[in-house]
Amino acid sequence: MAEFHLNFEKPIIELERKIDDLKSINAAGNTDLSQEIRKLEDKHKKLIEKTYSNLSRWQRVQLARHPRRPYSLDYITRISPDFFELHGDRNFADDKSIVTGIGSIDGMQVVWIGQQKGKNTKDNLYRNFGMSKPEGYRKALRVMELSEKYNRPIICLIDTPGAYPGIGAEERGQAEAIARNLLRMSSIKVPILIIIIGEGASGGALGIGVGDKLIMLENTWFSVISPEGCASILWRDASKAELAADAMKVTAQDLYEMGICDRIIKEPLGGAHRNNDKMAEILKNIIIEELNRLLTFNTSELLDRRLKKYEKIGVWEE
Amino acid sequence: MVAWFKREKQKLFTTRKKSIPDGLWEKCPGCDKILYKRELAKIHWVCHKCQHHFRIKPQEYLELLIDDGKYEEFNAHLKSSDPLKFKASKKYVDQLKTAKAKTGYNDVLRTVKGKINGRDAVVAIMDFSFIGGSMGSVVGEKLARSIDYAMEQSLPLITITASGGARMQEGIYSLMQMAKTSAKLSRYSQSGGVHISILTDPTTGGVTASYAMLGDFILAEPGALIGFAGPRVIKQTIGEDLPEGFQSAEFLLEKGFVDHIVPRKDLKKTITRLIEFANA
Repeated sequence: MAEFHLNFEKPIIELERKIDDLKSINAAGNTDLSQEIRKLEDKHKKLIEKTYSNLSRWQRVQLARHPRRPYSLDYITRISPDFFELHGDRNFADDKSIVTGIGSIDGMQVVWIGQQKGKNTKDNLYRNFGMSKPEGYRKALRVMELSEKYNRPIICLIDTPGAYPGIGAEERGQAEAIARNLLRMSSIKVPILIIIIGEGASGGALGIGVGDKLIMLENTWFSVISPEGCASILWRDASKAELAADAMKVTAQDLYEMGICDRIIKEPLGGAHRNNDKMAEILKNIIIEELNRLLTFNTSELLDRRLKKYEKIGVWEE
Repeated sequence: MVAWFKREKQKLFTTRKKSIPDGLWEKCPGCDKILYKRELAKIHWVCHKCQHHFRIKPQEYLELLIDDGKYEEFNAHLKSSDPLKFKASKKYVDQLKTAKAKTGYNDVLRTVKGKINGRDAVVAIMDFSFIGGSMGSVVGEKLARSIDYAMEQSLPLITITASGGARMQEGIYSLMQMAKTSAKLSRYSQSGGVHISILTDPTTGGVTASYAMLGDFILAEPGALIGFAGPRVIKQTIGEDLPEGFQSAEFLLEKGFVDHIVPRKDLKKTITRLIEFANA
């Protein structure tokens, strides 16, 4: 994926090209353009700040789907260089859309569960576009149960356009697999950190998304259905997705205001896709901080707090 | 549905008196037989010819299952407060108003305590005709309270589902009801609680992918559509026609996801049998 830009990023990219051109002319040494370059770089920085300080919900949804955004393995391999993958649900198959395994973070042993999209078409076919099947959810549960047995905290990275809607997935009990995970994750006796790193679509995301803390990166979304899905049902027109994103209030900022997201992680200026290394470093520090806090609770405190977290979600009139 | 019975404009030379009043008859979607509604009601809305199970309301299940139709209802006053001020082609508040007027209830789920063949049980039943039986905050909260009550009183919990899934109009709140109800069920189950889940037509989406699939015992009504993704979505995704009987109760039985398909007439006796086993 050499070049991919969202529409609203284009002015920034054009400016970047201009700066690059000037730099190469400057390097040739005939004229001194360093002042112009500095001016443009200043303009570039301001443009990025302006563009990204006032994103619409739909722009954030697009950023969450940015193909150059870091995916689960980009984080996992940076944060736990000793990551060792564990494959398969011991039952049917190894779902490539969910990566599970063990790793250490600054000496702390953890379990990683991450939904994985592909970087290109071939990779995406291999990863099923990050759409998990029952065997993916069952693999995740199998590994989480190992984590419980060995008393290691669990980190779940969520990034999915939804659970896979196919014949085989239904035959093998997509609904049962997700339901089972919701039930079990609510009572697994080790800390579970849920981090939305891109898209959090519906039950497909929630299936590995129950835990002690829900953390969302700045440019991510999480809702009951994708904006397109909502639009095609409630407006009978998938192109109304932008309206649906606003109506459902799907962003990290929305969920934080509703008290459902516990923490928003600020991305490097211009979005996570502009600096994968920096993003991974930020995430690593926050994971360490959050896990250390969760590790201070004993098991019954941890589980009580987890139940209470979900118990209070909802708005109704008595 | 029954166009030639419900014909409004009288094109033939018949007097009003002679025409058949609307709503006395029902055409069976299973075998096209025309059935007399009053008779149909007596046999719990199951076609005597082809055994097609019509969709019925919570009230009809209460009459079917609860001894002498005597029950205590909980939290009927809970209603949605439209947390997102949601508006699509229709306003959510208007959809709620219409649904309330149509059904006479504040939301999808009715939760009661009553006796089933002499044994107390908590029963939670969905009404598909209320915004497609969708689960929002009110469904989640009422179910959560029912589970708590069943746990406190050591009573079995019977859930009867009929739902298109989570309620889009409440966004993330609805999705989280899946986690909330499952977390409650987890604790209830660990305390020895008995959950019998009865899947009726249709049970799909977030309801299937949470409490409906978490019964200790899972029963289904004959012919019920049960699945995660709706058939239309799957068809669009794979671009092929779906196999005959796909996502029917019988298909789920074949694939190993329900314990038993139970005709409506045997539902009460089957539940009684399971409660008897669990409480023994």
